[in-house]
Amino acid sequence: MNVIKNKGESLNKIAHRTIFFQPYILCLYATKGMVKMKKRGIIGVAAVLALMLSAGCGGEEGATVSTDGSTSMEKVIGYLSESYMEENPNVKVTYNPTGSGAGIQAVSEGRCDIGLSSRDLKTEEEKDLIGTVVAIDGIAVIVNPENTVSDLSLEQLAKLYTGEITNWSELGGADATVVCIGREAASGTRDGFEAVTDTEDKCVYSQELTSTGDVVQTVASNPNAIGYASAASVKDTVKALTIEGVAPETDKIQSGDYPVQRNFVLVTKKNTEFSKAAQDFFDFATSEAADELIVGAGAVPVKR
Amino acid sequence: MNRKKISNAIEKTMNIIFSLCGIAAVLGVLVITVFLAAKGTPAVKEIGLAEFLFGRVWASTSDNPSYGILPFILTSVYGTLGAIIIGVPIGIMCAIFIGKMAPPRIANAVRASVELLSGIPSVVYGLVGMIIVVPFVREVFNLPDGANLFSAIIVLSVMILPSVISVSETALRAVPKEYEEASLALGATKTETVFRVVVPAAKSGIFTSVVLGVGRAIGEAMAVMMVAGNVANMPKLFGSVRFLTTAVASEMSYSSGLQREALFSIALVLFIFILIINMVLNSIKGGKQ
Repeated sequence: MNVIKNKGESLNKIAHRTIFFQPYILCLYATKGMVKMKKRGIIGVAAVLALMLSAGCGGEEGATVSTDGSTSMEKVIGYLSESYMEENPNVKVTYNPTGSGAGIQAVSEGRCDIGLSSRDLKTEEEKDLIGTVVAIDGIAVIVNPENTVSDLSLEQLAKLYTGEITNWSELGGADATVVCIGREAASGTRDGFEAVTDTEDKCVYSQELTSTGDVVQTVASNPNAIGYASAASVKDTVKALTIEGVAPETDKIQSGDYPVQRNFVLVTKKNTEFSKAAQDFFDFATSEAADELIVGAGAVPVKR
Repeated sequence: MNRKKISNAIEKTMNIIFSLCGIAAVLGVLVITVFLAAKGTPAVKEIGLAEFLFGRVWASTSDNPSYGILPFILTSVYGTLGAIIIGVPIGIMCAIFIGKMAPPRIANAVRASVELLSGIPSVVYGLVGMIIVVPFVREVFNLPDGANLFSAIIVLSVMILPSVISVSETALRAVPKEYEEASLALGATKTETVFRVVVPAAKSGIFTSVVLGVGRAIGEAMAVMMVAGNVANMPKLFGSVRFLTTAVASEMSYSSGLQREALFSIALVLFIFILIINMVLNSIKGGKQ
């Protein structure tokens, strides 16, 4: 806007353009600048543009491993596939975020190599599918360090989030209104939390934030807040509660003692030959080498 | 080879480049319009226009989904109004200070800081809002939680200041010096001159700055998302609310099916709002000519 102002154009013109035609103005000034440049410069710009265009058309044919399913597993599978593709540049790992149910169906119908499910397989599904736990999603329940409450039962947790308990004094804490912090409707962490506490579509939130960092920050700055976040991302600025007396520590999550957790499962079809690339990726994802990546993605690796 | 030929060729090439750039901008607007209209209408048809615009419940991921965006529309309208009520008087007074009152050196310093304010990315406004404004509002009003419509209004009113100030200031400065001199010569004080002569003479420009501020406030997503709480409630000044922009931004990444289509419809509604604002601007322009 300042640029335009200095050119002394009429006000309304500026106002009109600022909303709709800003790119046009920028473009004009950019080209004006170009004219001033030496002619060689223009050719240079053209060459760069041409390079950028041609770079987009590169790539070579190679094997593809297709994965399909849980949106909650996006980060884990993203970390795994990215690292795998770096080491095996000829293989392309694809991910289709459709949801656990759709992913299980896709693999049973042979539409993808590996299905991704953020719940364990049901008995009837296990007839012709194999579920392999690749990582565990441990969800820590966090409060402000000033909060004197340090342990909750699953039932109390559900009551807090559904609005049945609205004051911390009901749980032995200070006389203050409970502020429930959650994640946006499409979040995998929210999906996991509500599934474990059996509060789907019943939660009464004060805030729905779009990232783990925001949740931790908000709980850290509000003494009455309670929130949930993947166990790996809990910092010293907040206090992680014990649930049913168990703290969200890695070994407690791996042993299954910590209740607010669920498995991330790779689903494959029985009696079906895997492509070499798919087998190789599967082996990589379930190997010890993947542990660090899984931690990086905010989940807990399985115990070996 | 003569130089004239070469320079003619360059002239022609540059002409083509200018035209292409012009077309690109228009094309951008066209593509967005067509895309939003095409993507945004199916969901409205499926949900029903009245149900969509006047429904009070938004529960897009529930087993029994409901897609009413009245809470978002009202929140955006109230939030913008609030930001205008707080931001515009401050902005106009600041413009008067820079343009008419302050000695040149101080005016330049203030102007520079206003320009800096306009360059700050909205995520930074959001961060500062989240760390300073939200706890402040909680403490001062003794609320359980400070992330609410009021905090969003405060952040938005600061964010619209640069547009209001710089456009109003230009308008104030465009008022002929003779008006002021005449007023002062008749014995009016400086304050009287500013409010009775200069501001009325510049009112169309000042109004333009207000409409620009509205455009900025209604389109802001990032900063608002970090301070407003984002729960799809009907708006309350001290309640957690979700704006039209944040409704799209917070759910788009994982959405699917009708939910995704409904998000496009929200974007279409937002686009129509901006179109209306643009038409208002055009009519001011037309009125002046």
